[in-house]
Amino acid sequence: MKIIALLVSVALGVILLVATNDLPEWGDPQSPASTHLSRYYIENSMEQTSVPNFVTAVLADYRGYDTMFETAVIFCAGITVLTILRRSHRRKKKDVQPRPCREGQDIILKSAARLIAPMMQLFALYVLAHGHHSPGGGFQGGVISGASFILLSIAYDLEMLLSRLKERTIMFFSGLGVLIYAGIGAICLLLGGNFLNYSSWSKILQVSEVEARSHGMLGIEIGVFITVTFIMISLYADLASGGEMDEGL
Amino acid sequence: MEVNSWVLWQFDVLILLMVVVCAVVALQLKDLVSSAITFGAYSFFMCILWTEMLAVDVAFTEAAVGAGVSTILFLGTALHVKRRAKD
Repeated sequence: MKIIALLVSVALGVILLVATNDLPEWGDPQSPASTHLSRYYIENSMEQTSVPNFVTAVLADYRGYDTMFETAVIFCAGITVLTILRRSHRRKKKDVQPRPCREGQDIILKSAARLIAPMMQLFALYVLAHGHHSPGGGFQGGVISGASFILLSIAYDLEMLLSRLKERTIMFFSGLGVLIYAGIGAICLLLGGNFLNYSSWSKILQVSEVEARSHGMLGIEIGVFITVTFIMISLYADLASGGEMDEGL
Repeated sequence: MEVNSWVLWQFDVLILLMVVVCAVVALQLKDLVSSAITFGAYSFFMCILWTEMLAVDVAFTEAAVGAGVSTILFLGTALHVKRRAKD
């Protein structure tokens, strides 16, 4: 069985390597992607959206529909893990050894976590807010922000985190992020534009259409940020406690 | 065409080599916790590779998601299943 698997993997690897030859060279200005699509974005994104980092412009505006469903996929992953793993009662512990007791002299760990976590959250907000001008945005900021909560729950205990942040709250906010994203898109419809065409927001925000697109992007990035943050916390809490939500790592 | 002439090609080869080594080691290790850590190292080398190809946004995501959170999630899971792989 192992030999068959090895043969299949090697064959697939060879096919992929051979197929790589047909790809255009990396950074080739004559390749189809660089001559049509990328060129349009590079030339027009600044005047159409007033966002200097056109990776963000492509992600959140030109390809906003994709990103909305990426956020939905993250949300689905979170609730799937929750559905599969979460159990309310304690199961019979058969082969799981008892964990070493956490009552120890881990004051250095706890103090360090208390110092680092606010920095991480501040940096996450910076990454979110500065995504229009530099690499970053909702996804990266959300992951960093979620990681700061995970850090706290590793240094202290999962119980400590969940006593301050109820599961119900976590799932409420993960849904809220997707709702903000889709809601901003839907309001565009109500204002007479296309779905996720933020320029119709200019009627509400009293700014030019180009600026409205920039603000709309920030709005949906905030939605992505909220969903990713809370789904990361939920994933960690489910996976690290085996669905019992009692103790983490 | 010398787009990435700012990077020594020796450095390039070193990073690519480390990516392959980390990938193979992560698959071969029997201990799931070590495997998760090695996979984090793999993600980090991929992150360097993305930076070198000037795809900074992708590198940022790879560093945050691949090397950061997914390693923690793997670790949390590895402690709940049998720690050693069978084959």
